Order: sequence, then C-alpha cells, then structure tokens
Amino acid sequence: MILDGKCPTGPIEKTWDKHRFEMKLVNPANKRKYKILVVGTGLAGASAAASLGELGYNVEAFCYQDSPRRAHSIAAQGGINAGKNYPNDNDSIYRLFYDTIKGGDFRAREADVWRLAQVSNNIIDQCVAQGVPFARDYAGYLDNRSFGGAQVSRTFYARGQTGQQLLLGAYSALSRQVKLGTVKMFPRTEMLDLVVVDGEAKGITVRDLVTGEVRVHVGDAVCLCTGGYVNVFYLSTMAMGASVTAIWKAHKKGAFFANPCYTQIHPTCIPQSGDYQSKLTLMSESLRNDGRIWVPKKQGEKRGPNEIPEEERDYYLERKYPSFGNLAPRDIASRAAKEQCDDKRGVGPGGRGVYLDFADSIKRLGEDTIRVRYGNLFEMYERITDENGYKVPMRIYPAPHYSMGGLWVDYNAMSNLPGLFVLGEANFSVHGANRLGASALMQGLADGYFVIPYTIAHYLAQTKPGKVKPDHAECKKSIEDVKAYSKKLLSINGKRTVTELMRELGTLMWNNVGMARSKESLSEAIAKIPGIREEFWQNVKITGNGAEVNQQLENAGRTADFLEFAELLCRDALHRNESCGGHFRVEYQFEDGEAKRDDENFCYSAAWEFKGIGKEPELHKEPLKFEHVHLAVRSYK
Amino acid sequence: MSGHSEHKTMTLKLIVWRQAAPGKPGRFETYTAKNITEHHSFLEMLDVVNEDLIKEGKPPIVFDHDCREGICGVCSQVINGVPHGGQERTTVCQLHMRKFKDGDTIYIEPWRARAFPILKDLMVDRGALDKIIQAGGYISAHTGGAPDANAIPVPRPNAEYSMDAAECIGCGACVAGCPNGAAMLFTGAKVSQFAALPQGQVEAAERVANMLQAMQDCGFGNCTNHYECQAACPKGIDVKFIARLNREYLKALF
Repeated sequence: MILDGKCPTGPIEKTWDKHRFEMKLVNPANKRKYKILVVGTGLAGASAAASLGELGYNVEAFCYQDSPRRAHSIAAQGGINAGKNYPNDNDSIYRLFYDTIKGGDFRAREADVWRLAQVSNNIIDQCVAQGVPFARDYAGYLDNRSFGGAQVSRTFYARGQTGQQLLLGAYSALSRQVKLGTVKMFPRTEMLDLVVVDGEAKGITVRDLVTGEVRVHVGDAVCLCTGGYVNVFYLSTMAMGASVTAIWKAHKKGAFFANPCYTQIHPTCIPQSGDYQSKLTLMSESLRNDGRIWVPKKQGEKRGPNEIPEEERDYYLERKYPSFGNLAPRDIASRAAKEQCDDKRGVGPGGRGVYLDFADSIKRLGEDTIRVRYGNLFEMYERITDENGYKVPMRIYPAPHYSMGGLWVDYNAMSNLPGLFVLGEANFSVHGANRLGASALMQGLADGYFVIPYTIAHYLAQTKPGKVKPDHAECKKSIEDVKAYSKKLLSINGKRTVTELMRELGTLMWNNVGMARSKESLSEAIAKIPGIREEFWQNVKITGNGAEVNQQLENAGRTADFLEFAELLCRDALHRNESCGGHFRVEYQFEDGEAKRDDENFCYSAAWEFKGIGKEPELHKEPLKFEHVHLAVRSYK
Repeated sequence: MSGHSEHKTMTLKLIVWRQAAPGKPGRFETYTAKNITEHHSFLEMLDVVNEDLIKEGKPPIVFDHDCREGICGVCSQVINGVPHGGQERTTVCQLHMRKFKDGDTIYIEPWRARAFPILKDLMVDRGALDKIIQAGGYISAHTGGAPDANAIPVPRPNAEYSMDAAECIGCGACVAGCPNGAAMLFTGAKVSQFAALPQGQVEAAERVANMLQAMQDCGFGNCTNHYECQAACPKGIDVKFIARLNREYLKALF
C-alpha cells in the first residue's frame, strides 16, 4: 500500500495556515461532550492535555510516574530551538526548516517540518508567559546559544535544565486544568492495551501500579505521548521506566510503526564503568560549544591526557569537519568517536571513550565563565566519575538517546487508525533519520500546544461523542487479555531475572544494531532475538502477585514488548539498504567513511504493519517529495 | 591515565524498612550487599541486592526510581537518618558507593511525613505536592496568544533568582528532613519563582493564599526555622524562599 500523509500542497509558507482554515471545528458547547484520553505527560502529553482541557474537552491523562512532573522530558538539558532571529545572525523560520530537513538527512516530510519551524516562535512566547525562567542578558532580553548542526544561535535555554523548566511549565498548565476539573489525572497508571472498535481507537486498558487493578477507560480519541524506545538497547540515557509498550500495543492493534531503525546515539555521554550499570548519563551537547574533542594520535596511548603534547593529539572533528568542527551533528560526531575507538585510540576503561577538553576555553574565558555556563554538568560529571573536568579532560562516549522512528502519523498527527493520535517522540514525523540538538523539546511542545488542539477537532467533528461504552465487548475482551497476560508472566517462575534477560537483549542490540549495522550483524540479531524471547517466556522469574505494587511485573511486561519490537527494528534496518542519519550500514559508505544515502530507492518512510509475533511484517511506503529543499548529499565539511 | 583500574569490592550490611502496604505494620530487615564497587550508584547497589532476593524467591525491596540522573525527583530514601544520604546537593540516585566503606552498616528508610503515606517499603505517595501546585502553582497563561517573548524584559538578577527557585525537583526531601513535616521550602520555591517575574504579578496574592491553604489541608506542618530542608535539598534550594513566601503571604493579606 502506498501511504498518503495528506500533506497540504502549494507554497510551503502557506501550507499550515491553509490547512488550519480547511479543517473542521467543534463548537464550544459541543467540546465538553467529547472525551480525550492522553497517555504520557511529558512535554507533548502535558501540553496537549492542558491545551485540550482549556479548550473545553473532557480530558483524562495518564502517566506511569507518581506525578506528571517526572516524565523524562525533564532530563533534557541544553535547550529549545526557535527561528526568532533575536541575535540578528540571519536566522529565519525558513532556515530552521531547511536545517531540520537537512539535519534529518532528507527523510522527513517537508510540510510537517515547515509547521514545526513556523510554530517554534509561538512556543517561546508561550513558555515565557508561563513563567519559564529562560536565560537572559543584562538588558533583560532572552539569551541564545548555538547547538550542533546549526551555524546560527537559535537555542533558548534555562541553565542546563531547559527540559525541566519547560516540563514544569507544561505541568503547571496541566495542574491548572486539573484544578479546574477539565483534566482528570491518573498517575502511577500504565497503559497495557489499546481498545479498537470498528477500526477506530476508542479506549485504553490500564493497570493501576499501586493496587494492580486492571480497568478500561473509553474516549472519543486517544493521544499517545509516550516517548521513545531506545531502552531496547538496555543501557541508554532514558529513564528506567521508559518503554515501547504503549506504542507497541497500539501497533499490535493495527497502527503502523514507521522507521524504527532511526535511532539516535548521542555523542556526549559519560562512558560505562561496569557490568552492573543500569543507565548511561548524558551531558548536554552544549558542552561542545567550548569543549574540544580529541584522542591521542598514538594507538594504545598509556600517558594521561595532560601529559600528551599538543602535536600528539588528534582533534578529529575539527580536522574532518572544519566548518562545523566540534559542533558537527550528533550522528556524525558519534560515529567519528566510534571510529577512533575501533582504531584503538580510545581512552579510559576498555578504550571506549574520547576526551572533551576545556583547557583552551578556560585559558581564553577563565574558569569562572565556564563554571557559569556548564557548572552543573561539571558537578554531575564529578559525582559520577570522581574526576574534576576543569583540571582533567572529561571522557565521553556515545549512548542511545532518542528515537526518530515511531508510530506512523499523517499531517494531522493521526495514525492510520482513526482516533489514534501520536505526539512527540512517540511518532515518526519531523526528525527524519537524525534529530538535531534542541529540537526534541520544540517538537513535543509544538505537537501539544499548537498542532493537536486544531487537528483533533477535525476528527472529532466527524464522529459522534460517546460511541463506545465501557461495557462494550471489545473493552471486556481487552481487560481479560491484559489480565491473562499478567497471569501468564507471573506463572512462569523460572530461574532468570527480568533484568538479566533485558540486558542480554540490549547487549545484542547494541553490538549488532547500534552505531554501525551490516547485513550480517542484522541477520544475526534477527536470528537470535526469538531465542531470547523464548527463554524469557520459559524461564523468567517474577516474585509476588499482580494485586499489589510489583515492579518486577511492570518491568517484565516492558521487556516482553521490547523482545517483540527489537525484531521489527532489525528488519527495518536490514531492509533499508542505505546509510542515512542515525542509520549507518557499513556496506553503504563513501571512501572517506561518510554515509551514503540512496535517494533513488529509499526516499520513503517505511511504515510496518503487524502480522503476528515473529512473523514478517508488511511494508507500506510513503514516498517523500522534496520540492523546497534540494535533495543533496549532506555535508558538514 | 585517568582510566580506572580494577577496584576492590565492598560488603555492606543493609538495614531496610519493609512494609507490605499502606497502613500495614512495617519492620526493619537486614540484608548483605556483596561485590559492590566504588562506581556503583546507591541504587545500583540496591539493584544487586534485589537480583539476589528475586533469585531466592523473596520479594525485592520496592523503591521509587526513574531518571537516575538526579532530575526527575522520584527517588526518595532516608539513608542513615538523612534524606538522600547527606552528600551535598545530591539525590540518592547520584550518590555513589565511594562515599561508603567496606563493612559499613547502612540504614535505609522511606520519607516519613504525615502527608506522605507509605505505599510499600521505601515508596511513598507524594500526591500532596501535586495538590499544592494545583492550588495555584502556575501563571494562568492560556495556550496561544502570548505576546512576543521579548516584549517584557526581565532584569537578569530577577531571572536568575527565579531560576534558583525553579530548580526544585519536587522530591520532598525538604518535608522528610523537617521535624514538622513542613512543605514550606517546596511551596516557597514555587511562589518565589513567580513572584520575581513580571508575568506572575496579576494573581500573586491569590496564588500564595491558595497554595498555603492547600499545604495545610494536605497535613503538612509549618516552618520553625530548623533549616533542615535546605540541608536535605539535593538542588540547594535556599531557605530565603521561605522568607519570601512569608512576605508574599503578608502582602496578600492587605
């Protein structure tokens, strides 16, 4: 099937405005008759729930955390982009649009990206109005900094805690609606199934993580804002509870999963220090503004970094990409670090690290300036590694960080299942094959504040409210299925823990499907995953029961879904015989090691239809057209 | 070389609060943590203990954790009598075992406060903090229609002061550390964040009155200047924000 994103046509500058006018409206008196279920309360979910509640819809919002304020958007450090051109450095909406298309390696839709760039400025206005304390200059105006993949300073920030401040802004807007009674909040509640009636999404089945109660919530539309899936690699920068579960359950009920192989490996993370490690910690790539990345020229160098003279250091990013230097996009910077380490020039334990050195900047600007800019990151680094980054270069290594792929959605952010909307990282829409820094926060809030409030009305206006009641046969069946699934997990009583099995899957995925992929490595992963899955269902051990707080049961459910999803990720990566953005196939590269895209054969989004566990999924293609940005080899040299 | 060589491992005695459900009697249980290195985080040390417990068919220790990088604010353990374990400006998840010695005995308890009922073991219900925010911890800006972000300049010192307050992660250590179980630092930080900004002025009086009312309704105590909250705060939120809260409240009365 050839998929249609239903993007508006005509001059790109007019697409969103034209589309907005053409969409149907729900009149104010009718809005309260519609119930909308919002799953996940990160930037996308909290902003969507708050905005929809404020419009007068009847909203129920769900999160697995104990409070909506804890969603992992909170961990984003560096900033949020907008095309304001406040620094007068020749930025524009068009340039932000262009950079995002190019940064995504020409694998995203032009119209979606244009809209994102267009509303980016409204986001900054909105957040300032909410009291988000962005950094300011001494005249009281907003400050900007530069970020990877851009030659202008368009990133707004709040120290190293931009995600926290934006999320708390959205959380406060959400809290206001909870008080007003337009949004009902369900914390410590996990979605475990999507209820589909006559092909439309009409409800979710959830488990109360405190009492263990399994129940259904029906609604006229469902918005999944449940974030990304890179915990499939086990070690990542994601929160421990982040999973593919919500979107995977929706996929199994018919929603297409697009471009799962587009995963982002972030270059500036703290290297792993042992096997017991539970997660990896990211440090904002804003560090690359003032830090210089290098490795020793000599293989297997034994001297400490401060003993290696200047001429024996290789500042490889500056050497290879002189115009972007240390600010090369994430996929390029990560791969370059891997190349150096594979070539035995890596530093630290196991040789899996490169230096991020602030000595020059400290000499030029003074330690105090560096402390003002990045003090919290240096503190964080020292807490974890016991090393002082002001005195000794930091060690960094890439880690899984973000997923560009996600559920397929049309221009209205609606999946192929009518009534199922997918926002933020959970969808596939704007970042193509690689996301630029400071663009995730932009997308989450764009979708929640400025896209869904308009597009959901277009769907609701064409559907009767309250079509499905909780006693509908599909609801009852969904509850029974979820209960039976939990019961099955609890009954295995084998010998291996959930963590052991998840680590086994993650290690396989990182080694075979991480920063570099090949036909062999992918085929091997596809051959091995079913074995781990079988081992899981035969031999996992979960203590306790389902009618209480049971963190092992929660993790087991998430792991079971990763064990199914991982195979889809591999299949997508295997079918895409090209290298683009975060997807690097070693067979497809230029002589200098740069990614080789194949626009003739792969200029499309791959949306997969579920056909059964372990069965070959069906591929649907959505061709990508580039009418405004010329398809070209992405160069940052 | 800045790399790490092989490290000696530690064995620790843990004395942990176990409680099956809200309102059920709890008790301390003793466990041994083996093969712990200085690079384990405190939570990774508990992971090791839990893996052993699961294999023995015993219920693992339930504790809240998520981001494990010190920002989500969900981790919440009183370690040797101190919320988050006493390393300055550090959450439990960022506390590393290099702060302990081989053979140490470590007491681990949940947050204890009237407003935070224990759900299980070390996990508590902090919904009361959400209720305080719902009562008024926001600027009532409608989505859409906001003026240009640079339309109202904010003096940099005000923006910095506001950000100092806004860094609160809502973990509740201030409440757990306070002999009165007060949430004055938490509430004061939010009130102060908005009090310092021009955008927050219109509803300032209503905000502080409503938030303080919610604080009392939820069963939190009041401040008697012990400053344990600031000592416990993993983000270093200053008690000056409690003073600001009191000033804002006084202003609201007139």
